[in-house]
Amino acid sequence: MTPDAPPAPLPWWKQPKWLITVLITILLVSGQVGFGILRTLWVLPVAIGTAVAAEMLFSWLVRGRLGSIQSAYISGTSTVILIKADQLWPYLLCALIAVASKYALTYRGRHLWNPTNFAIAALLLVTGIPILSIQMGNSPWTVGLVWAVGLLIVTRAGVLHVTLSYLVAFTAFAAVRTGLTGVPFATELAPLTGAMYQFFAFFMITDPPTTVSSRRGRIGVVIAIAAVECVIRLLSDHTELRPLLAAPPIFALAIVGPIAKWIDLHRGAVRASATPPAMRAAPSA
Amino acid sequence: MPIDPRAAASRPTLRTTLGRAAAIACVFGGLGAGAWLDRAAPSAPVGADDTPVVLVERSATSGLLFEHRISPLDPLIDHVRDRILSVGAGVSAVDVDRDGWIDLYCTNSAFGAANALFVNRGDGTFEDRAATVGLADLNVVGDGLCMGSIWADYDGDGDEDAFVYRYGRTALMRQDASGRFEDVASAAGVERWLNSNAACWIDFDRDGWLDLLVTSYFREEHDLWNLTTSNVMHDSAEFSSNGGRNVLFRNRGDGTFEDVTEAALPDTRRWTMAAGAADFDEDGWIDLYLANDYGPEELWLNRPTADGAGRRFELAEAGLGHDSKSGMCVALGNLRNDGRLAIFVSNISAANYLFHGNSLRVNRMADAGRVLEGQAGRAVTDTGWSWGAAFGDLDNDGWQDLWVTNGFVSADPERDYWYRMSQLSGGTGGLLADAANWPAFDGASQSGFERSRVLHNNGGRRLVEIGAAAGVHEAHDGRAVILVDLENRGVLDAVVANQRGPLEYFRNETPGAAERGWIQFELRGRAPNTSAIGAAVSVTFGGGTQLQVVEGSSGFSAQSARRLHFGLGDEVPGAGGESIVTVHWPDGTRETFTNLEPRRLHRIEQGPGRPDSTDDSNAR
Repeated sequence: MTPDAPPAPLPWWKQPKWLITVLITILLVSGQVGFGILRTLWVLPVAIGTAVAAEMLFSWLVRGRLGSIQSAYISGTSTVILIKADQLWPYLLCALIAVASKYALTYRGRHLWNPTNFAIAALLLVTGIPILSIQMGNSPWTVGLVWAVGLLIVTRAGVLHVTLSYLVAFTAFAAVRTGLTGVPFATELAPLTGAMYQFFAFFMITDPPTTVSSRRGRIGVVIAIAAVECVIRLLSDHTELRPLLAAPPIFALAIVGPIAKWIDLHRGAVRASATPPAMRAAPSA
Repeated sequence: MPIDPRAAASRPTLRTTLGRAAAIACVFGGLGAGAWLDRAAPSAPVGADDTPVVLVERSATSGLLFEHRISPLDPLIDHVRDRILSVGAGVSAVDVDRDGWIDLYCTNSAFGAANALFVNRGDGTFEDRAATVGLADLNVVGDGLCMGSIWADYDGDGDEDAFVYRYGRTALMRQDASGRFEDVASAAGVERWLNSNAACWIDFDRDGWLDLLVTSYFREEHDLWNLTTSNVMHDSAEFSSNGGRNVLFRNRGDGTFEDVTEAALPDTRRWTMAAGAADFDEDGWIDLYLANDYGPEELWLNRPTADGAGRRFELAEAGLGHDSKSGMCVALGNLRNDGRLAIFVSNISAANYLFHGNSLRVNRMADAGRVLEGQAGRAVTDTGWSWGAAFGDLDNDGWQDLWVTNGFVSADPERDYWYRMSQLSGGTGGLLADAANWPAFDGASQSGFERSRVLHNNGGRRLVEIGAAAGVHEAHDGRAVILVDLENRGVLDAVVANQRGPLEYFRNETPGAAERGWIQFELRGRAPNTSAIGAAVSVTFGGGTQLQVVEGSSGFSAQSARRLHFGLGDEVPGAGGESIVTVHWPDGTRETFTNLEPRRLHRIEQGPGRPDSTDDSNAR
């Protein structure tokens, strides 16, 4: 291999998207078998089917080729894990909005929001659907298992620093909130110990297409997310902020994530335009 | 100028532009559709002119003045008093003096606060005689606070006795010949310290003597006013198993009971909120249906013991699933006139935070081995933070309606405890179990100001909310509800016991309801179970069969009247139509009657096979 040769692609089992697919499937299956998290199995074809159909359609229209079923599967599965509603329309709309947002809300050809994060945050603002429910129980064994598998996978995917940085930042801000409000530290830390919160820490904030390009940047972004989440939690007496308070991390990511991604893309573009054409061509030369 | 091929490639084509436009339309159109669907009324709104039921709140003019209160708890848990003592407003219907007019017994939950026995004068007014007969002062330091009562003739002496369950010591109030009540729990062997939300009379071994199931919520070792630990709460918001142990007392028939819990009940530690009893699998033995907080509903089937000498309850795989619920009540009725019991278990729904959804199931144990959950519609599943419920035909159209009480804590409307709750509820490692980790309620509300729902049964097809149109306007924190004919008019009135609020009496003033077809039954079982608890009556009329059960408890913290009321609609049996009435007695025998006169109360005594319907005490 010459020094100029492009890096060999990772085998499929090491690619982040496959790892995420595996983990999300484990979460879904174990949640359903152990806790019956799905109110009806019909939500699976509705959410996943909608996501796949939308992905195929929009990808063909916008990019001229069929999209990734795997990506749609992740969006659809995330939807059924995170939402717990009595009717089917929240699942259908969430999956549809998630996939559509990838093609509707873009900057320089890249989508800015994690699709499921955007869909859930937007739906929470306009509807009363409950999310991030507690249907995975409070057993430390369940939590430990999912944490272990999750950490293994984010390590293999090379984004362990993102998850760990968020955990450290959340813990620090929990201490800050305890100092400011007098609420016990254990209470402030409690959300982090729950099974459903892991979904956020492992999937949403590590989603490769919507994270920034540098390692330092990614760490900075998740600290910013934890900071915004802390501010939302400190506003807990404001009943008019009920949708935000129902899911502080979801909204923190929905606020910080696209701003960070936009800045990252913009700076990348500026750097690219400032680079002499000869140098820009160098890598492929 | 030469054309840059890359620029040409990136130039948007019509297809690309259309694709982006479609995606944008899906995002914003989807959000618009979501907002519209979310706000759409779960059922078509019913106006005051269209309501099939008219209710007028008449507690003040009827003398039903009662205010429920609570007391402080041990300092270790008093910061969450609003949650721990969020129950206790109970009401039971009983003809305590057997004069043919149904009376009411209401429980209070503050030390020194009196319970009330509202004796029906028969003229639309009531008189509180609790203090006179010894039923008032049951909220006593050292004994705990009352949560509800169930009534029956447990000793077969022909009069009504009461079992009062408390967060504290249980009380068995035996009525003597003079009409006074005395607590005989200790002598009878049913005195326990149980933090109980429910109890149920049930002749589980069919020996004719009424046995007693007492459910337990907080663990029995906790005296909520003298604690050594704050570790008293549930250990999981969804699958908790550190609640109190339910207890079964077998009636020996000599005025005493023996504790048969170990031998006869499943060894579970669910946080049971309510229990309903009926012969669900139609094998002739009474079973139990339990609504558990922080866990799934349970059906306990009555089965012979291994040696065949006794009976015990076994947890049934009845298709109830593993989905966790916050079960609050068990209400039994029959919505489709198909002769099958409907089981309604109320739950919690709160916008953005939690959707457990009420369960409305149909008993198909006998033919399908399952209890099936139907598609009830949002008007039924999403009623808020729901508590007690009761079935009853409010307009005598031949179809049972459903009343659901709602509301958890109504305090400061500007401050919401839901966020604080959500912090802890996802936590693990025992965080939830220790009340010290719970933020103080400090005057906040949680799912407060939620009005009762009155769901009208439109011909067995769907339930439609008519509460506001019918006259139910106040948004107290409802707990217990009973539907009962308090004025012997042939129509069901409603009584709602509100937590830290007033007792409400909704007099049924539906025009023409009493003139429609209806029929009532008061069963007198063969002694010693003269109360006939566990009996079922099915009435076949107008092409359908409606089934009702004489219950030893009902809904939540309630016991409906044991007098059964059937609306018959406009097709009145005996006036062109035919009716068949079948009584399934608790001992397994049956009696059938045809073409009983409608618009009457029929008193049926087990055995003779002929009802005594000459009822002079009822002003018809």
